[in-house]
Amino acid sequence: MTYDEIAQLFPAYASGLWVTVQLTVYSLGLGLLIAIPLAVLRVSPNRLCSGPVAAYTWFIRGTPLLAQLMIVYYGFGQFQWVQDAWQRGNPVLSLLRDPFSCGLIALATNTCAYTTEILAGALRTTPYGEIEAAQAYGMSRFTAWRRILLPSALRRFIPAYSNEVILMLHGTSLVSAITLVDLTGAARDFYANYYAPFEAFISVGTVYFGLTAILTFLIRLTERRYLVHLRPQRFTNLARG
Amino acid sequence: MNALTVENLHKRYGDNEVLKGISLVAKHGDVISMIGSSGSGKSTLLRCINFLESPSSGCVTLNGREVRALIDKSGKIRISDPAQLRMMRTRLAMVFQHFNLWAHMTALENVVEAPRHVLKLSSAEATERAKRYLEQVGMSRFANAYPAHLSGGQQQRVAIARALAMEPEALLFDEPTSALDPELVGDVLKVMRDLAEEGRTMIVVTHEMGFAREVSNHVVFLHQGVVEEEGHPREVLKTPRSERLQKFLCGAMK
Repeated sequence: MTYDEIAQLFPAYASGLWVTVQLTVYSLGLGLLIAIPLAVLRVSPNRLCSGPVAAYTWFIRGTPLLAQLMIVYYGFGQFQWVQDAWQRGNPVLSLLRDPFSCGLIALATNTCAYTTEILAGALRTTPYGEIEAAQAYGMSRFTAWRRILLPSALRRFIPAYSNEVILMLHGTSLVSAITLVDLTGAARDFYANYYAPFEAFISVGTVYFGLTAILTFLIRLTERRYLVHLRPQRFTNLARG
Repeated sequence: MNALTVENLHKRYGDNEVLKGISLVAKHGDVISMIGSSGSGKSTLLRCINFLESPSSGCVTLNGREVRALIDKSGKIRISDPAQLRMMRTRLAMVFQHFNLWAHMTALENVVEAPRHVLKLSSAEATERAKRYLEQVGMSRFANAYPAHLSGGQQQRVAIARALAMEPEALLFDEPTSALDPELVGDVLKVMRDLAEEGRTMIVVTHEMGFAREVSNHVVFLHQGVVEEEGHPREVLKTPRSERLQKFLCGAMK
């Protein structure tokens, strides 16, 4: 087994990389989008609003991602009513037959739970005076959320969320357990065909490392753009008086 | 005509009554200083005027529009007309002890925010207005600075510009200089003095006896939730009748 053969397997890796990137981007995007309203409910003083969300995040964060993937892909198909729906061609439940959709559902559900808690934490640390100022200036509840609470919390949320982003990228590697050929899946095929485990996994590890580096860089850029107001003065060029 | 009247305002926290039926009248152009030792209820009174704290009962009228605290059948405090209250809050701008600027916005964005998104001015109009008031408080140079990068005195001046940009009927100041370093107090007081000279209606909770004496035309001394003494600063501060005010002034002048 030589490294030349790795080059021959480039197409398999490339398509695996594409699966990994899609899963990461879609699940994070979907998770974040749903996490925003959920976090708003999560910090509500009304138990009927916060309770169900707390139960959801508690359950998801209390179980391993691999088990969640297995439940979505293998678990649901076991039920007769799900199979009946497949027979009838139900478009929503048919998603459960497709490994990519199942992977996406499980990953998005998982990251959404963590993201909700991170964002809820950021919302809880909103300085009370800023909320009071919003009230005192006649903002409606909706305007205060839209203009003050969410923009300020979403900024404070970036550093903690960046960990979640990277964990999710690495988390996608578990989808190879539900027959999807992502990067890790491609490495596994390669290993199975050539019995060269070291080459297979060190090469794929390098690709993940590169992706992580790119993500870290993007997060830095975002922080630089949105967290100026929290950075010490000396890093900004402001007129001093 | 009276700009702002407060009628028989009560505030209770459980069994503890902090405001025991306060009434207050501010005519257009009045500068009212509220003084009193800590715990006298002066900040609570100011916060009750725009219902940041709900009064237990009482009524606030601004230019003939009235907002009242009611007690409904379940014993909870309710506000007579929430839409009216929001409207009233846009006409009563508040300056806080701890500035309470929105940290994720620059000085200019802070001043633009409420005119743009509450009064619904156009972006150009709100920005023009914001620049004008930042200029007035001497902060144009820092328009693009974030609050965390400004000193306390500068932040408070931005906060005053934010209040002015609402072009309110009356300005409420809640101990605007208490959180500032002594050398920064002067800048803020100077801005407030200029506002008083422009004839703006102001209610100021303060510990600055100099300001109360020289700038305001009415002083209210609060003690344990009641107005103990009030009147023109020349009389009230020079020749106080109540013993408590005499004691308070002795302590404050030291």
